Amino acid sequence: MKKVRHASVIPGFGLSLGYASFYASLIVFIPLAALFAKAFTLSWSEFWSTVLDPQALASYRLSLGAALIGALINMVFGFVVAWVLVRYQFFGKRVVDALVDLPFALPTAVAGIALTTLYAPKGWIGEWLTPLGIKVAYAPLGVVVALTFIGLPFVVRTLQPVLEELEKEVEEAAASLGASRWNTFRRILLPALLPALLTGFALAFARAVGEYGSVVFISGNMPFRTEITPLLIVTKLEQYNYAGAAALAVVLLVFSFVLLLLINLLQHWASKRAGA
Amino acid sequence: MAGNVSSLSRRGAPVNEATTEPFWVRWTLILVALSFLSLFLVIPLIAVFKEAFSRGIDVYWAAITEPEAWHAIKLTLLAAAISVPLNVIFGVSAAWAITKFQFRGKQAIITLIDLPFAVSPVVAGLIYVLLFGAQGWLGPWLSDNNIKIIFAVPGIVLATVFVTFPFVARELIPLMEEQGKTHEEAALTLGASGWQTFWRVTLPSIKWGLLYGIILCNARAMGEFGAVSVVSGHIRGQTNTLPLHIEILYNEYQFAAAFAAASLLAGLALVTLLVKSLLEWQHTRDRERASAN
Repeated sequence: MKKVRHASVIPGFGLSLGYASFYASLIVFIPLAALFAKAFTLSWSEFWSTVLDPQALASYRLSLGAALIGALINMVFGFVVAWVLVRYQFFGKRVVDALVDLPFALPTAVAGIALTTLYAPKGWIGEWLTPLGIKVAYAPLGVVVALTFIGLPFVVRTLQPVLEELEKEVEEAAASLGASRWNTFRRILLPALLPALLTGFALAFARAVGEYGSVVFISGNMPFRTEITPLLIVTKLEQYNYAGAAALAVVLLVFSFVLLLLINLLQHWASKRAGA
Repeated sequence: MAGNVSSLSRRGAPVNEATTEPFWVRWTLILVALSFLSLFLVIPLIAVFKEAFSRGIDVYWAAITEPEAWHAIKLTLLAAAISVPLNVIFGVSAAWAITKFQFRGKQAIITLIDLPFAVSPVVAGLIYVLLFGAQGWLGPWLSDNNIKIIFAVPGIVLATVFVTFPFVARELIPLMEEQGKTHEEAALTLGASGWQTFWRVTLPSIKWGLLYGIILCNARAMGEFGAVSVVSGHIRGQTNTLPLHIEILYNEYQFAAAFAAASLLAGLALVTLLVKSLLEWQHTRDRERASAN
């Protein structure tokens, strides 16, 4: 037998690990296992017909599509925000920096009603868009707006520390060897930042796929058109179709697990890059 | 450490033309960043407070002091008051086990702790309905014994505990990892008991990180909507938390009242951000002082 842990003078290994595992099982693992158990009370064909029902497919398309667009918007603008916050000095920078975390701190229901009010046809922003024929609230575009809001901090917060740790000497060397600023950015900075950028993108995407609170207000919740997958789960639950709700939840969960795995691999890659 | 660049030393440095962008590029980027943040963060925040007071201070005051609002506030505070300490105890013991000892499967545990963040809030609520609901695995037994969890306060607390589960642990693990265990070992060798070592050596050195985790955990606990919505049953004056109360008012077209309640949570969010920033500045100052010594 290989020895699992080394001898230590520090006490409490059994107590702390035992309690933490017990609590985690009770709160997280046993309930999640119950979900899978419930979903598989359905027969194999029932499961697939629930999961591949046209209404469900439409909801995946919207949830994934809107989350993807939101995460892409955040990748572009989050990059600019992180860059500006790390590299430049301007008045009010500290306040702006603190404000980036607002989507983490602001309850999703509050964000939902605020965004809906702004983008409704008579809202502050909606009244400018309506004459242009752009409908945001109660349309798929509204889902994108809500999911962009929700994912905003992720790219900024994963890029910021990496940008801060980049060594200026590399850029100086590139410049002294005759590279233009744009070439230095494209060939030196961007490759170094890529793992963090992708991690932030994946985190924003993962968060947005499961989001519920901010979306239900702005989307209008029309089946096939603006119904996200979490909402479809709630609808099934309200119709007492527990097994159906569990089946869709399993789809969502498996998707999140795959993303979580991917994010871990990305972070591993990023830390290996940083260490090299 | 290479990464520990002091912000003070950077501020005074002259702008090096070779490693920065032309003036117009810099200001265009700053303008783009500020416009994006205004559009998505500042304007919605202003809208909350403007709508809350749109029908005068009297309507605002009435909306946040009516019995149902008051009950929702109390339930929200109760849910946070139970779930935050539970997750603090979990976070501290998980971080202790992970950072003070070597054992196999550690990395897997760290990943698993983050699992609730990857789970949709709706699914978080659903798992408890499947376990404790009338048709759930334990439903018949619970109703025989007259215990109500779903559509009652215990369900709301459980859902809140689930969604806030990782916050404290994930703040403490990197912090305690960085601090190592030499201080604890010294205390123990000098004859302190395990608990004395924890209270007098470990706790003082992690207090700011712990507070940081608590602040974030609390903000999420008080603001959770999706998970709580699924388990609560929306019984007015009984199982409505503040976010659910906002939803009901909004769906009844009582916009001023909905935004009045929302402004309380928005205020909480702003206080959270303020405390969080203060703790971060404190942390950088401590590190700078430590590296200067």
